[in-house]
Amino acid sequence: MSIWEYANPKKFMQTSAWALPWVSGLALLLLGGGLIWGFFLTPDDYKQGSTVKIIYLHVPSAMMAISAWFMMLAGSLIWLIRRHHVSALAAKAAAPVGLTFTVIGLVTGAIWGQPMWGTWWAWDPRLTSFLILGLFYLGYIALWEAIEDPDTAADLTSVLCIVGSVFAFLSRYAVMFWNQGLHQGASLSVDAKEHVSDVYAFPLWTCIAGFVLLFVMLVLLRTRTEIRGRRMKALLARERVA
Amino acid sequence: MIALLVRDIRLAIRAGGGFGLGLTFFLMVTVLVPLGVGPDVQVLQRIAPGILWVGALLACLLTLDRMFALDYEDGSLELLATAPIPMEGVVAVKALAHWLVTGLPLTLVAPVLGVLMNLGSGGYLWLVVALAVGTPALSVIGGFGAALTVGLKRGGLLLSLLVVPMYTPSLIFGVEVVKRGAMGDPVATPLMLLAGITLGAAALLPFASAAAIRANLR
Amino acid sequence: MMPDLGKYGATVLGAYGAALALLVLLVLVTLWQGRRMKRALEAVEARVKIDG
Repeated sequence: MSIWEYANPKKFMQTSAWALPWVSGLALLLLGGGLIWGFFLTPDDYKQGSTVKIIYLHVPSAMMAISAWFMMLAGSLIWLIRRHHVSALAAKAAAPVGLTFTVIGLVTGAIWGQPMWGTWWAWDPRLTSFLILGLFYLGYIALWEAIEDPDTAADLTSVLCIVGSVFAFLSRYAVMFWNQGLHQGASLSVDAKEHVSDVYAFPLWTCIAGFVLLFVMLVLLRTRTEIRGRRMKALLARERVA
Repeated sequence: MIALLVRDIRLAIRAGGGFGLGLTFFLMVTVLVPLGVGPDVQVLQRIAPGILWVGALLACLLTLDRMFALDYEDGSLELLATAPIPMEGVVAVKALAHWLVTGLPLTLVAPVLGVLMNLGSGGYLWLVVALAVGTPALSVIGGFGAALTVGLKRGGLLLSLLVVPMYTPSLIFGVEVVKRGAMGDPVATPLMLLAGITLGAAALLPFASAAAIRANLR
Repeated sequence: MMPDLGKYGATVLGAYGAALALLVLLVLVTLWQGRRMKRALEAVEARVKIDG
């Protein structure tokens, strides 16, 4: 039983059909539970006051914004190497979700930043990198929409995703170089997790898990829509010929 | 390949589209910004490296869609695909032609425009160096964007959207070279990073661009 | 029930409101697009079966 079985659209539809209720339920439970835990049951931070509560939305969505791109990268590589339509469509499906998470990261970051840094927008390295990531997402989505032939679109967007990944990585370091940044507040960085004490860390991880499952749920749903769309196009094309 | 290079350059200069457009635009940016921002010399000096780089970048962007579109429309691109030169070579040559006709003239004209922006005296040399090192990357990366959008009727806007995020590292490091140079600080780090991006892009992107052209020709 | 958010009330609630609104929008649009596509496909499939 290899994972490549799910490359078969029919198998994918069947499996995603039974998996979805579980994924959705678990996502709701973890995200809802985590947010309630974090919002109502955690103390204020001595430096940031109650705004620390924004961490439960800001960090998970930012993490998923990046993970979503990695998933698209994987899907693109699999498409280019093994030509499985499901993986190309899954990458296409993931993009708007990743873009939304990027926007959530930016918006929550900006709103959080306002009282902390005194400004709605700061050209801080992390925020700036996310803005650039948002542009990469927009370009990827726009290219899918612009190309008529679906296989050509899959090819072009896959190459774009791969090249884009390299540049996204480069621009992350360029932006850090460009502005040594206000975002040194490690409470916002999950890498320096030692700075986030356990009382915040546990609900945070719950929310992160919830966001991961939310992402999976949305990508499954959207990929199903894409697969149906592809089938419909094929049927319509056959109709026209007949 | 030399023949292709010469042909592309001749076309760009003759039609007037590639050659004058970029330079004129660069000049316009350098005139408009002080008009918009005010004549305060201190302010202009501070923003000069950035404005000059952004101007050069946008000027490059303007002429990108011509790289493949004309050949695509009249079928010559398909012919080139069957030629003995590999598509990667075609793409590299076209990027080189674009640079010779756009990036290089911009680099040479930049010091004059630097005067308009009151660039600090130490900055002129580094302005030319930075643009010389960085603009080839703009042509190569731009070529990738042009390859992706070659089949599209009005692909210019999408081309810009695709290419601009990929320009940011070159822009950041390029400006840093000029800024540091103007102040007399060491420029080695950003300059090496800028050069690294250009060399890496020139070496690797033609493969991606060729793949994109092949996908579009199918 | 609501914890004392202190002077940052508007900030926190604003951030939560915006983020949750975007998430809800995303989920609703996803479900709506899915349902629309499913119906469209079923219509085409029915038509093909009748004709073909």
